[in-house]
Amino acid sequence: MAFARFIGIALRYGATPALQGLDLSTERGEIFCLLGASGSGKTTLLKIAGGFLAPDAGRVELDGQDITRLPPWQRPVNTMFQSYALFPHMTVAENIGFGLRRMGMRGAALKTRVAELLTLVRLDGFAERRIDTISGGQQQRVALARSLARRPKLLLLDEPFSALDRNLREETRTDLLRLLRDLDITSIIVTHDQEEALSSADRIGVLRAGRLEQVGTPAAVYEHPVNRYVAEFLGAATLLPGTVIGGADELVRIALNCGTEMVVRGNARAGERVLLGVRPENVVASATGSLVGVVETILYRGATQEITLRLPDGSVLRMARPVQRGALPPQPGARLHVAIPLDAGMLLRD
Amino acid sequence: MTRSRFLTAWLLGGLLFLYGPIAVLVATSFNASSLMTEWTGFSLRWYRALLHDRTLIDAALLSLRIAAVAATGATVLGGLAGFALARMPNLAGRRTMAGLLAAPLVLPDLLIGLSLLLLFVASEMLLGVPNGRGAGTVAIAHATMCLSYVAVVVEARLAAGGTVLEMAAMDLGAGPVMAFLRITLPLMAPALVSGWLLAFTLSLDDVVVASFTSGPGATTLPMVVYSTLRLGPTPVLNALATVVLALAAGAAAAIWVLGRRGEAAAG
Amino acid sequence: MRRALAVLPVWAWLVGFVALPAVLIAVMAVSISADSVPPFRLGLSFEALAAVFSDPYYRDGFLFSLRVAALSAAACLVLGYPMALAIARSAPRHRRLLLLLVILPFWTGFLLRITAWIGILRDEGLLNAVLGALGLPAIRLLHTDAAMLIGMVYGYLPFMILPIEARLSAADRTLEQAAADLGASPARVFLSVTLPLSLPGVWAGLALVFVPVAGEYVIPDLLGGPGSLTIGRVIYEEFFQNNDWPQAAALALVLLLGLALPASLVRRR
Repeated sequence: MAFARFIGIALRYGATPALQGLDLSTERGEIFCLLGASGSGKTTLLKIAGGFLAPDAGRVELDGQDITRLPPWQRPVNTMFQSYALFPHMTVAENIGFGLRRMGMRGAALKTRVAELLTLVRLDGFAERRIDTISGGQQQRVALARSLARRPKLLLLDEPFSALDRNLREETRTDLLRLLRDLDITSIIVTHDQEEALSSADRIGVLRAGRLEQVGTPAAVYEHPVNRYVAEFLGAATLLPGTVIGGADELVRIALNCGTEMVVRGNARAGERVLLGVRPENVVASATGSLVGVVETILYRGATQEITLRLPDGSVLRMARPVQRGALPPQPGARLHVAIPLDAGMLLRD
Repeated sequence: MTRSRFLTAWLLGGLLFLYGPIAVLVATSFNASSLMTEWTGFSLRWYRALLHDRTLIDAALLSLRIAAVAATGATVLGGLAGFALARMPNLAGRRTMAGLLAAPLVLPDLLIGLSLLLLFVASEMLLGVPNGRGAGTVAIAHATMCLSYVAVVVEARLAAGGTVLEMAAMDLGAGPVMAFLRITLPLMAPALVSGWLLAFTLSLDDVVVASFTSGPGATTLPMVVYSTLRLGPTPVLNALATVVLALAAGAAAAIWVLGRRGEAAAG
Repeated sequence: MRRALAVLPVWAWLVGFVALPAVLIAVMAVSISADSVPPFRLGLSFEALAAVFSDPYYRDGFLFSLRVAALSAAACLVLGYPMALAIARSAPRHRRLLLLLVILPFWTGFLLRITAWIGILRDEGLLNAVLGALGLPAIRLLHTDAAMLIGMVYGYLPFMILPIEARLSAADRTLEQAAADLGASPARVFLSVTLPLSLPGVWAGLALVFVPVAGEYVIPDLLGGPGSLTIGRVIYEEFFQNNDWPQAAALALVLLLGLALPASLVRRR
């Protein structure tokens, strides 16, 4: 049962379309991650969900109610802003209590609820602090508590970790996700960081130029991208061009431009120009491998080493493999046989 | 001499140029002699003379009243104008409004004074108001002259933060009026206070616009000072200048502190 | 829209007290001087406007004001630019204080500061006393063009420093380091990086000094001599002494239109 639904949402800024007939549904309690490059329309969608922008066409429904025309202050939706947007002239408690006061909550009830929220984000004792006297990580938690205070049906998080230092991000993310799951909050997180999206969400949606390219679980989208854009946006991938020469039963045989024939799962017409995509970690060195290349560079990355191979047609194949202690890495210039297992190959089109 | 030494020396020289005359003036105000060139001992006699100068005192009181009214009017109107420029990007005639606001900022006082006098005269001929010119017309003229300054200060303050705080307030259930009262207005407050003080001092300082728009019986302090100066400076004026200087320094310090608080809050 | 309604008082005020009065200057400029109270009657006469251009007295007034304004703006630039640079380069905690020191004179009463200069520059004033003590001959300064220029620079110097300083301190200092790193001498760095980046501030500063100085009345009247006939003084005289309102308005109209262009430079940031 869809809980938050965006139906045919379209919006233009002047002549430039920001969103073009976008459809999206999220489930109750789901953490949905909207992933896209800057300018892809993800912030626009968030503003439409929050009520700050009215779409030119389409509807927004929440829990069966059409909220498209509701102003922000009447929506059961709250936003955690990228810059946090904490009110500088108020204390931590006043910030968290702001939305509650707008609901008419006062006195002891207000105090109790604010204290509860402070505990929730582990900021007990910070109630009377001024916003400019607390750290960035603490500000992030105040912003979260403030956006949770009114128990929104839908929580919107705009790049929730982008203002934090890298080493603080991991910890904060784990905390936030646990909290969202504990409270069973339906949330949409907007981010441009693919790693963040993959590790945070129940499902992700990849947005490109105002259209959703693909929606699915992180594993599904990562392992079975529908096209070249999604494959490349969600992490390193080598794409080898080739031509379909046959196939049957969900299997396709491709003649790669480098001269090798490979089989991947999927459907395609014979003669179609396609791409064979493969993630570096799925390329395996094998004496019987049908692909042969010359080692060009070897990058040491701590846990893994990344090797680039030059194939006969000049294209480059990237592979990553665990560093084996004591084993000698291949030397630049050496010939290396590699294989792409059947399940690792991704059939892609441009 | 290195470049930074040269710059520092130049800066100090420039500040000396700005403050030297003021220092001379303050020192002279405590001089028992009426001559600037001889020091005959420390004395408060010019301050006593100032206290007993009914003309100066009356003019000062009138100027303070005009300045308070003009500054308040300028703050209300300038605050609204600054808000409109910073927060209403689709306002019809926005550019025209900005242009009309810029005019009093840059144009010579002479043109402001002359044009407003013509307005008052025309209005009196056609509508019968104002019935003669005086403190009221000067206050209107000063409010007009100062509201641009307030608008600039308020616009800058609001533009610096963007609209995200108001968005957050609305997101948390505040309607537009509540968002304005609880968020925008507190954000504007330091700018409104410093704008009011700026308008107040500009009004207190003006002689040209007042000369055009005032009438008999409403002689402001600068007008008195000016007519005295044309005959030659008197030691009493030095004492007056020192008092004004002390007040101005106090006001400037207040604005400085407010600005610092605002900056800290925004950061 | 309700929000637009809230701006109505602003519009009313700006139209009534800024736009309309400007139009009235034009109306007065084509009116006819008369021996009545107020001393004019409405009409469509271009006599006063024509006199602005044909009467050498008015022409000289404009040319003199133009020269004074240009000289003052140039002097403020020469004196103010290094000051702005020094402030922009100072430590942040000093910077605010220095800026305050530049602004503070604004607050201390323009007329009262002119008082100080009269005391210093007059024949029996401080400067001549110092010169006398050094065994140098006394000079006549008060009521000369030189005294007037000193007053102009003194009064308007902060208007030059502030916009330039704002530009300089907003500029990315690593650009200068990059230029130096690429082999530019300090002079080259200044000419190729620092100065061009601060140019918008320079233009704003020039306009902020030039425009009000061109119409200045008080400083020429108090510090200048009888011959320091700026257009401001001419207008004032026509209006208050000769009671020729149409002529004063015609002069003011030409001044207003002449200053509109440099004044528009100020808004450009």
